[in-house]
Amino acid sequence: MSAVQQDTNVTAPSSTATAEARAAKLMKRRSRIRFFEIIVWIAAIAAYFVLPSKMLILTEIAILALFAVSLDLVLGFAGIVSLGHTAFFGLGAYVAGLMAMHFVAEPVTGLIVAGIVSGVLGLLTSFLILRGSDLTRLMTTLGIGLMMAEVANQMAWLTGGADGLSGFSPGPVLGLFEFDLFGKVGYVYCIAVLFVSTMIMRRIAFSPFGMSLKAIKGNAMRSAMIAVPARKRIVTVYTIAAVFAGVAGALLTQTTSFVSPDVLAFHRSADVLLVLVIGGTGYLYGGIFGAVFFTLIKDWLSVITPQYWMFYIGMLLVILVLIGRERLARWVEYLPERFSKKEDGQ
Amino acid sequence: MSEIVLETKNLKRRFGAFLATNDVSIKVERGARHALIGPNGAGKTTLINLLTGVLPPSEGQVFLEGEDITSLAAFKRVKRGLTRTFQINQLFNDFTPLETVALAIAEREGVGHNLWKSVAGYDQIVNEAAALLARFGLASAMGERTVILPYGKQRLLEIAVAFAAKPRVLLLDEPAAGVPEDERHEVLQIVSDLPADVTVLLIEHDMDLVFSFANRISVLVAGALFVEGTVAEISTDPRVKAVYLGENA
Repeated sequence: MSAVQQDTNVTAPSSTATAEARAAKLMKRRSRIRFFEIIVWIAAIAAYFVLPSKMLILTEIAILALFAVSLDLVLGFAGIVSLGHTAFFGLGAYVAGLMAMHFVAEPVTGLIVAGIVSGVLGLLTSFLILRGSDLTRLMTTLGIGLMMAEVANQMAWLTGGADGLSGFSPGPVLGLFEFDLFGKVGYVYCIAVLFVSTMIMRRIAFSPFGMSLKAIKGNAMRSAMIAVPARKRIVTVYTIAAVFAGVAGALLTQTTSFVSPDVLAFHRSADVLLVLVIGGTGYLYGGIFGAVFFTLIKDWLSVITPQYWMFYIGMLLVILVLIGRERLARWVEYLPERFSKKEDGQ
Repeated sequence: MSEIVLETKNLKRRFGAFLATNDVSIKVERGARHALIGPNGAGKTTLINLLTGVLPPSEGQVFLEGEDITSLAAFKRVKRGLTRTFQINQLFNDFTPLETVALAIAEREGVGHNLWKSVAGYDQIVNEAAALLARFGLASAMGERTVILPYGKQRLLEIAVAFAAKPRVLLLDEPAAGVPEDERHEVLQIVSDLPADVTVLLIEHDMDLVFSFANRISVLVAGALFVEGTVAEISTDPRVKAVYLGENA
């Protein structure tokens, strides 16, 4: 700091003090809880009371949302495109199933173990995505996803092969809350996990680490020139994202008491990317908004046009991309920024 | 003679058959204001890229404060006190100047890997960033997205973010390039106000600036070191004039 302060002939100290005050304010505002965040969580709680008959689809949304938020950490922050994120989701799903079957029926334990195992796979495969362009990363991640799907298919003695895993039922959450037939406990459980996970990722997003990820995405050359160790950061974030994707997969297993090879299917990786395209990247909540919109529109289309709903999903994708990614990633900025009163006179 | 902080030995860089840097051995003294001049295509920027690790050399070595850093990654050289600005701005378009500089300071202080504490919680870093921005005339623009700033302000930020790393050696690649005439003065003032203990290697085409700013000048021609000397020596050297004006001397 000495180098900065020894030279005061350019600016008077008083203007430095003003700048410091303003900088502190701007930095605090950066990580402030925004209006739409409150709305999201209130809506999630309200849905439990208002839509008791829709618990299953709401649970589906919560799981997809967590999966998408975890991908946003990789895509929206570090700028790593992946077509194989479901490798971690699927692994988490299988691990949770095997845990419930052979070891501990208590779901939270299964959730944690699934997250750790997926994280290990994330750490191991992160080294494969360090080099190369977007295209090589797409191909590498796609390849890992396909390999995982085939491994699950071949190791029938462990995974049940094409039939999947069934015949297990998760015990009560924390030994207290038994899953019910209407999925009410399942929904609350998933929302609670989504909330905690999103809060953790939100913290990461506003840390120096989160900022350095956006720097790597924004300009790799400059980030190197301010001493950001890009490879180390990418390995870390990819591992963290894999943990949360694994947790999302575990939630699916635990709320459906079933694991099918579909958890590793390519379409899941594609769907989750589509969710982020819809919801916007780089602010985490895009995964939640996108999951709500994607699941509802998919549900609606498959009712009104059961045979051709994929056509409309495809059309939606084309329209979204034509409108422009820039605008998409920013639609949330048109909402009121804060729920507190204006504090500074800028 | 004072201590040599930055040195190259027989540095070469080939792009296919083209020799962009041809056997350059150069020494930069601590605290120097060393200018690197030469006609377009002389390999000035390539040399800077080799020094900072943006490009690996084909042959030869680079030394920083006596240590061989030839195979050291770019970000590690920054950690050791060697950083640069770019001829064409390399900034984070979606960051504000405040975020940009704060991140540079956080990385310098070794807290960039912290993923649990909010950036806003680092009071000292935020304060230092604010003071630095004020010093570089960017205080009023600190909360704007970088991409919408006027070019001159972006140019200042380019220097500010490099300076935030507290370099001992700062390489400036045409700091005033592309800056409109009315904003140019501000950039040049900042460059000449850089603290004396920071060694500066400057690439510049504006000879008035070079002769007023530098105390030592190296002339590169066709990738090779053509001549080196003090300002007085270079400004009167007929061979340098010939290179620039294409005369036969």
